Amino acid sequence: MFNDRSPIYLQIADGIKNDILSGSLREDEQVMSTNQYAAFYRINPATAAKGFAQLVDEGVLYKKRGIGMFVSPDAPGKLRAARRERFFAEALEPVLDEADRVGISIDEITHYLGSRR
Amino acid sequence: MIEMRGVTIRYGDTVAVDDVHLTLPTGKIYGLLGRNGSGKTSLLSALASYRRPNRGTVLVDGVEAFENPRVMRSTVFVRDTLDLNDSDRVRTALDVAGWLRPTWDAEYALKLLDIFELDSRKRVSALSRGQRSVVGVVLGLAARAPLTILDESYLGMDAVARTLFYRELLADYLSHPRTVILSTHLIEEVADLFERVVIIDRGRILLHDETDALRGRGVTVTGPAERVTAFAAGHTVLGEQSLGGVRALTLDGRLEPGEIARGEQAGLTFGPLGLQDLFVHLTSQRLEASR
Repeated sequence: MFNDRSPIYLQIADGIKNDILSGSLREDEQVMSTNQYAAFYRINPATAAKGFAQLVDEGVLYKKRGIGMFVSPDAPGKLRAARRERFFAEALEPVLDEADRVGISIDEITHYLGSRR
Repeated sequence: MIEMRGVTIRYGDTVAVDDVHLTLPTGKIYGLLGRNGSGKTSLLSALASYRRPNRGTVLVDGVEAFENPRVMRSTVFVRDTLDLNDSDRVRTALDVAGWLRPTWDAEYALKLLDIFELDSRKRVSALSRGQRSVVGVVLGLAARAPLTILDESYLGMDAVARTLFYRELLADYLSHPRTVILSTHLIEEVADLFERVVIIDRGRILLHDETDALRGRGVTVTGPAERVTAFAAGHTVLGEQSLGGVRALTLDGRLEPGEIARGEQAGLTFGPLGLQDLFVHLTSQRLEASR
């Protein structure tokens, strides 16, 4: 479930963001409590709480006192915009680097993309 | 708050715990890691007030813990020796714990025996190594003590029993939050449960940090020797290995994503360092020196 590459709280936050982007968590839908999350994934509840707190700080989740945490109505839109901004730098650049290493030209790549249209 | 102030424990000429200052906020699960003979059990014995330090004090919520009845009632320390009468049946051992501890939950103790499939009519002397550990875990968890200290209580347990133990520990901690200190060698399988990790090495505290802060802290860089060496400049090197022209260096500290991208462009590969490996590197100067 979790790996050693980065702190678990960041992995938790990323996982929930992915669930929101994919639509498996909807706007204003309640998310698991930190204790439920900790018990389910067998992690320390403080670690889970830190992941959720990060999402509240970023405005992805909002709290209702005494009830729990919910997905912000504008979260999917904001997350999508942020991911789109990072797409070229983080997803495409490594592909171009690899293409360069193995000698695939930009023309070949555009040709391939054209055939996928 | 649990505090150790300048705690030193000596056995003759051997210094097992060397002037340790440690502050542990209550209500968290701590992992105590250390090699054999690093002073883990001595440190825990002092924390549990089973042993009076040669120097220094242990304070629990501001009061000196040693021979303090109030603190002792709310402390449970389960160690290797179990401290039980060999001729007693398990049932009797649990009854005694119930008489001594105001917070004891007899029903939960029976439920745990059931989960671990241990017959309470068995005599302590007839228990296998793994079963002795189960009794230790039951005594430790069902005591529901505000300060619960478990010293390598998984010894001899098979993978299934250990998984049950971790699951029960977390579930019971969630419903009854308290301070739990667990010493272990099996870092990987239990690290996710620890909020904080304390590493002891040769009687001294080497590190005390949030467990999560240690993930992604170390990194291994592999590639052509010269480029790896150039990349590592300015970083703390924890370990190194060379094979022909290829060099692998283990670096301490978190790398910026940009740094990694630049390194990858230069043909270097990066691998994460697990907690277990980080621990091995931090506590194995001799291993490194002998390579």
